[in-house]
Amino acid sequence: MFSSQPNHARFLPLAQLHTLVAKLMQLAYQCLGPAVENGAIVMRELDAPDGLPRGLQAEQSPGRYRLTRDPLNRYFAWANGPQAIKPQAFAPKESLWRVERDDAGALQFAAVEAVAPAQAIIGVRACDLAALALQDAHFLSAGRRDAHYAKRRELLFLVAVQCAEPGATCFCASTGDGPTPTAGYDLALAELAEGFVAVAGSAKGGAVLDALNLSPATPQQIDAARQQGQAAAAAQTRSLPGRNLREALMSRLEHPRWDEVAARCLACGNCTAVCPTCFCHAEADEPALDGQSSRHERVWDSCFGESHGYLHGFNVRSDIRSRYRQWFTHKLATWHDQFGRSGCVGCGRCIAWCPVGIDLTEEVAALTAGVQP
Amino acid sequence: METPKPRVAVHKFSSCDGCQLALLNLGEDLLTLAERVELVHFAEAGPLDPDTEVDVAFVEGSVSTPEDIERIQHIRQHSRLLIAIGACATAGGIQALRNGADGAQWIAQIYSHPEAISSLAQSTPIASHVKVDFELWGCPVSGVQMLAVVNSLLLGVAPRDNADKVCTECKRNGYPCVMVSRGIACMGPVTRAGCGALCPGLGRDCYGCYGPAENANTDALAAQFASLGLTPLDIVQRFQSINSQAPVFLAAADKLRMRGDG
Amino acid sequence: MSAPPAMDSGPPHAASVVARSQESPTIFTLKLRLDDAAAQAAYRFAPGQFNMLYLYGVGEVPISIMTDPEARDGIGHTIRAVGRVTRGLAALQPGDRVGLRGPFGRGWPLQEMGGRDVVLVTGGLGCAPAVSVIHYVLRRRERFGKLVIIQGVKHADDLIWREQYDRWAKLPDTQVLVAADEGAALWPWHVGRVTELFDLARFNPARAVAMMCGPEGMMRVTAEHLLARGLPESSLYLSMERNMQCAVGRCGHCQFGGAFVCRDGPVFNWGEAKTLLAHRGF
Repeated sequence: MFSSQPNHARFLPLAQLHTLVAKLMQLAYQCLGPAVENGAIVMRELDAPDGLPRGLQAEQSPGRYRLTRDPLNRYFAWANGPQAIKPQAFAPKESLWRVERDDAGALQFAAVEAVAPAQAIIGVRACDLAALALQDAHFLSAGRRDAHYAKRRELLFLVAVQCAEPGATCFCASTGDGPTPTAGYDLALAELAEGFVAVAGSAKGGAVLDALNLSPATPQQIDAARQQGQAAAAAQTRSLPGRNLREALMSRLEHPRWDEVAARCLACGNCTAVCPTCFCHAEADEPALDGQSSRHERVWDSCFGESHGYLHGFNVRSDIRSRYRQWFTHKLATWHDQFGRSGCVGCGRCIAWCPVGIDLTEEVAALTAGVQP
Repeated sequence: METPKPRVAVHKFSSCDGCQLALLNLGEDLLTLAERVELVHFAEAGPLDPDTEVDVAFVEGSVSTPEDIERIQHIRQHSRLLIAIGACATAGGIQALRNGADGAQWIAQIYSHPEAISSLAQSTPIASHVKVDFELWGCPVSGVQMLAVVNSLLLGVAPRDNADKVCTECKRNGYPCVMVSRGIACMGPVTRAGCGALCPGLGRDCYGCYGPAENANTDALAAQFASLGLTPLDIVQRFQSINSQAPVFLAAADKLRMRGDG
Repeated sequence: MSAPPAMDSGPPHAASVVARSQESPTIFTLKLRLDDAAAQAAYRFAPGQFNMLYLYGVGEVPISIMTDPEARDGIGHTIRAVGRVTRGLAALQPGDRVGLRGPFGRGWPLQEMGGRDVVLVTGGLGCAPAVSVIHYVLRRRERFGKLVIIQGVKHADDLIWREQYDRWAKLPDTQVLVAADEGAALWPWHVGRVTELFDLARFNPARAVAMMCGPEGMMRVTAEHLLARGLPESSLYLSMERNMQCAVGRCGHCQFGGAFVCRDGPVFNWGEAKTLLAHRGF
């Protein structure tokens, strides 16, 4: 978010943060920001321009997430919560099309258009933006553009923030995706003691920033923000090897570690639900009770579920070992074939939100031990 | 297109009636349903004709008395399809807790005239006695599930069996995992979906009322419960609740007991 | 390999059952026609491609197209009644309505077959995705060398299209080898593993194209045999089956390594698939 371009960065004093939210609300965006629910920081609609909470923070470790207070009472000193952008662009449940059946049995099909509000999400992270770029590559690629995703996606306004306080489960520095946002945002903020260094990343972000009539950020402020990002990267305690793991993992498909991790894995699919890049979804019909119409729905699905590998009378992946291996090798190995990079952006959600605390970075280390870097 | 309406009966065995209530509470949908099927026997709603031939019999409750054994045979013989609904009918229900205890002693302690009680030593699911065409798990089952089953039957196909974990519904609903955020012992990761993750949605732990999911890794969950601070007895009791006799939950509890933990 | 553009990933198109035949106690064939005459007239597919068939209120299933691409008497699908949708489809009669999306995926390598021997090895209902190749070759017989059709079934009763195998067996330059693990009275073919027939197959490995469809274990053994006989790996193809719900490479169920079977397959060259096929669970 820091370039050498003069005056690209502005300074938004703490006391004026509400003017940014007010501007977005004035532009008819439904504004989502951090809120506490069920003991976690989630993204929920803000009811007023000054509705952003201060001092939220959470401690994260494998299988554990606990709210704490930020002693400095900052707005964004929390690392990511269980979800950020994914549910807003790739809806957990939506209707794709519907069919009417008349008394003679004739069928009439019609697409169902996505009903999506224009949403501004305030507080997305660099890892989330990197993940969104992958979801875009999947759902918007030429020849198979997903109309529902496309509609939601184009209505998003993304206000990113630089991570100053990574969670213990974070490793975005090692995947090259954070902690400072570099692309994919409309606006990006870096929170300093007295206010925010703010930069625009899109024309619509630029228009919002211009409308706030802010002074340019000083070189000292920009430098402080840059150093804050470097410190946050240095503070990360987990990492993935900074190389393509494809060959290393695909040459270890019968490694005993798969059995060992399968014994611990619940196959609950939580890792896939919180993973910001996972895109699997199931399709199913929901017929109306009067027998005259049916909706064809899609819902988030998981390769840890029973029906994922089901085909015509048998299951390709009936045991937990093969399901874990499918997820893991897709995310870290064969994702390269499909998208030209790994499917992991280092957000650490699969580690924190695994109910039994399976640590992806630890599994990588165990599976690739002895492989030449 | 006009075919005769399927004849449907709803029977009750040893149960609390909660699953029948799931049907009764459907409101307007129940009226639509009544137009598409002929409800010939549904005591809770009015129609009484327990002995007639039907296309579909929904059976709530467990087999728990000598009379139940005869009655379920009779129902099976007079029903084209038999669908067991709810934890009692699919796993024996809460009353199956007596299966591992001295039931006669309990009766003697509770009732002033124990000789008036005629019950079997074991409370058993319907499938232990007759062929069951489909099982709908839950305590109680949900109206949405009931409608989906009826809808499938009206379309002439088998109902969709969803044995995935509660977690799948929990995450689709956007609920943060309470086991992770609050450290409470949630049964969601080994329990069948179908309830819409009702308890986690209210910040509570799932207590397994929909019975075991497919590939339920009870060992791993029990180990995690222990590291959350549950005693071995606590953990056994998590598995020995509404679906105590469901084979997967019973085996998980027995394993803990055999280790001497519980 | 040919892949005409798919119709779309949107709602299915209304279609009607124009003919239904029972092939075995559990296998049946539905011939379908799109209700929109213009869409039906414009409908083209390549052998090896599949359609998504929709049963009202129940859902969709991927089914390969078994008719000849030039046949005009309906789009044929041979189906085994095994799941919710296929059992429901089994109850349909001529005049009943369904939805149809397709065709999808990459078909058999027809362009590479010209002037070469064509060997088809199929198991069970794996004959259905491959039969359109047989029709294709027979209709243009002079363009190809020998035609070898090898089909294996578990039980004699599982063999469908018996009269067709009999008819094909009588054609010049055409060899038909059928085996059932378990025979039955009046079973005219081999009793035993289909692999036991491989040595009888007469073709020139150096100038043959081989195609396989069936259980993965059978295909692995078949591949070993064909490669050992000198068939170059680049001349060996297989059609794969995975869970397919969207058919356009989006829903993720059919991922096989880095490939989406629905879009990048279902036909693969052996070299593309062999590594993962060696492991269960992909």
